[in-house]
Amino acid sequence: MRYIDPHIHMVSRTTDDYQRMALAGCVAITEPAFWAGFDRSSPQGFYDYYRQLTETEPARARTYGIRHHCWLCVNPKEAEDAGFAREVMSIIPEFMDQPNVLGIGEIGLNKNSKNELLILEAHLDLARRTDQLVLVHTPHLEDKLKGTILIMDAVRNAGLDPERVLIDHVEEHTVSAVLDQGFWAGMTLYPETKCTPQRAVDILETYGTERLWMNSAGDWGPSDPLAVPKARVEMQRRGHSLDMIQTVTWDNPMTFLSRSPNFRASDD
Amino acid sequence: MSDPIPCPMTLEEMTDAYFLDHRAKMIDIAAFLDRLDRAQSDQTDDDFRIKAFRECLQLLIDGRSDRARRILEKLSDHSTEPLDQAPMKGAMGAPPPSA
Repeated sequence: MRYIDPHIHMVSRTTDDYQRMALAGCVAITEPAFWAGFDRSSPQGFYDYYRQLTETEPARARTYGIRHHCWLCVNPKEAEDAGFAREVMSIIPEFMDQPNVLGIGEIGLNKNSKNELLILEAHLDLARRTDQLVLVHTPHLEDKLKGTILIMDAVRNAGLDPERVLIDHVEEHTVSAVLDQGFWAGMTLYPETKCTPQRAVDILETYGTERLWMNSAGDWGPSDPLAVPKARVEMQRRGHSLDMIQTVTWDNPMTFLSRSPNFRASDD
Repeated sequence: MSDPIPCPMTLEEMTDAYFLDHRAKMIDIAAFLDRLDRAQSDQTDDDFRIKAFRECLQLLIDGRSDRARRILEKLSDHSTEPLDQAPMKGAMGAPPPSA
């Protein structure tokens, strides 16, 4: 059964991972712009990163029959220097017409600071002016609950339609508020932080499948690029229907991502 | 939000499927607490993270449901105003005393 991993950072993964994902049924991925594990020293560093996301990775993925898409932004971990972040943001429009760009992301908050919020608001304004989809990162661990509330308020204040915004990395204490306010929600499957595959299936059993998807968010830290197929196995193990598995790992990402004219899951 | 989707497993099937995994995790927690007991420190009080951890253990056995949500809330910063400045990039896993 084919699937979509709607959030994975392939610039940090090996070509072997592309092969293993293809073998597991992955046909399409989306890669949000994120933090490299160190702060880039110049806007030129971001310019090169955006070229990697729009030129290099699509070609690498294509080798394995996987369609690669991306989201562009300055991630919240590099938003504390607001002047620098605005300078980087000025080069984003140059890339928005690339054929694999789906929208603005992963924007959001990290430590819930005033400057992070300013840059989040600037990204939301850019998305509104250019009619782009938005993919939102919510903070880690103790900062997630507060950050999720601040983010939802900022999106509302920006006048964006929640149906065009996915709020990612939800867990048991944030998923209900995100869905109640009409947003799409992403569950990230991590071995230590965020959701395990078992907890993600628990959340599906509790809140249903509407406007929910799951992703591996595989990157340079502890993460698993095969987390989505492993969660599918967990659903099968519990006896859930193939329809339910298809809804969460194919139909839902298709529905949300297809709101961008640049998204194509396959050639058919 | 859509309707809940009941887990098709019976209680017995669920126990068979998950007991050993969670038995191991429970012993890991016990061994972690023993390790803390053996550790040498000049501190008389628990680190704020360990204090929060011990409080979460109480939630596990209070007989009420929604344990995962309630533990995540216990480990969350409940302030509402943005910080003047980000103090670091990472997170600690429990709100520091200043939060």
